[in-house]
Amino acid sequence: MVKINGVLVDAAGKTLKEFLASTDYDPLRIACERNGEIVPKSRYEETILEEEDVIEVVSFVGGG
Amino acid sequence: MNQTDKLILGGREFSSRFILGSGKYSLNLIEAAVKDAGAEIITLAVRRANTKEQENILDYIPKGVTLLPNTSGARNAEEAVRIARLARELGCGNFVKIEIMRDSKYLLPDNSQTIRATEILAKEGFAVLPYMYPDLNVARDLANAGAAAIMPLGAPIGSNKGLVTKEFIQILIDEIDLPIIVDAGIGRPSQACEAMEMGAAAIMANTALATAGDLPLMAKAFRQAIEAGRSAYLSGLGRVLSRGASASDPLTGFLHD
Repeated sequence: MVKINGVLVDAAGKTLKEFLASTDYDPLRIACERNGEIVPKSRYEETILEEEDVIEVVSFVGGG
Repeated sequence: MNQTDKLILGGREFSSRFILGSGKYSLNLIEAAVKDAGAEIITLAVRRANTKEQENILDYIPKGVTLLPNTSGARNAEEAVRIARLARELGCGNFVKIEIMRDSKYLLPDNSQTIRATEILAKEGFAVLPYMYPDLNVARDLANAGAAAIMPLGAPIGSNKGLVTKEFIQILIDEIDLPIIVDAGIGRPSQACEAMEMGAAAIMANTALATAGDLPLMAKAFRQAIEAGRSAYLSGLGRVLSRGASASDPLTGFLHD
C-alpha cells in the first residue's frame, strides 16, 4: 500500500503519472513529494510507486 | 502617487504597497479584492490537494499578480523549507513568506527557526519574506541571512488589534536597510496609514478584509489609507509642539485695535 495524502491506496507498481491520471487532481495545479523529496513533473512517468511510499500531493489554497 | 516610488522585493518592482491575503473569504471575491486593493502581490497557502474540490484559487487570481506563498503549517525550519520548495514546484515563482509557529493559540512566529529557514531558502534562490516578532537583533540576523524584506507583526494574526508593537516596528524601520512590511494584526485602514506614515514599506492584510462588512469596499479603503500614509511619509510629517499653540492665521490685521 502507498500512503497518499494520509490515505492508504493500493497503488504500488503504478507510476506516479498513472496514479494521478486515475484521480481528478489537476496535473497543472499540483506538486508531488515522495518520501519527503519533490518529484519534478518531468519525472512523474518514470517514478514507480513502491510499497510503503509516502506521497504528498499539494496545491495552493487561500491564505494570509 | 509618485511614479518613481517603487517597492523593490527580490529584484522586482511594485507600485502597490498593499499585499493582500486570500484566506477566509470566497474565491469569487478575489478578483474584486485585488482590483479594489490595487494589489500586485497576493499571499497563498499550500495544503494537501483535495480531489473533490474542482475550484482552484489560481483560476481566480488576475494575471500579472505576483504570488507570495506562505509556509503556514510549518512548526520548524525544516517544515518551512519543505513547504517553500513545494510552493516553488507549483510553478509560480520564487517568492516565499516564511511563517513558523509552534502553537495555535497565539500563532506567534518562532524567530530562531525563522532565521534558519531564511538562511537555507535564500541560498536556494528564493526571495524570502520572513514573518517575525519585531526584535531588532532577529531582524539583523534575517537581513544577514539574505531576507528580501522583514515582516514584523503588528498584533497577533487575525486579531485586528492594530499596531500593538508600534515602538518596536519603528526601531526596525529606523535600523534595518530592508523593506519593513507590517504583517498581521492590522485591522483598520487608519492603522495601515499610521504604519506607512512611520516609514513601513508596505502593509499585508487579510483578516481585516475577510471580516469586514463589504470586502471590496474595505480593500479600497486600505489602498487609499496606504497611499495616504506613504505620501505623508515621503512628505515628512509636520512637527508637534511640546506645549502651547501656533496660529495658522496672520497675527496682524485683526478687525479691532
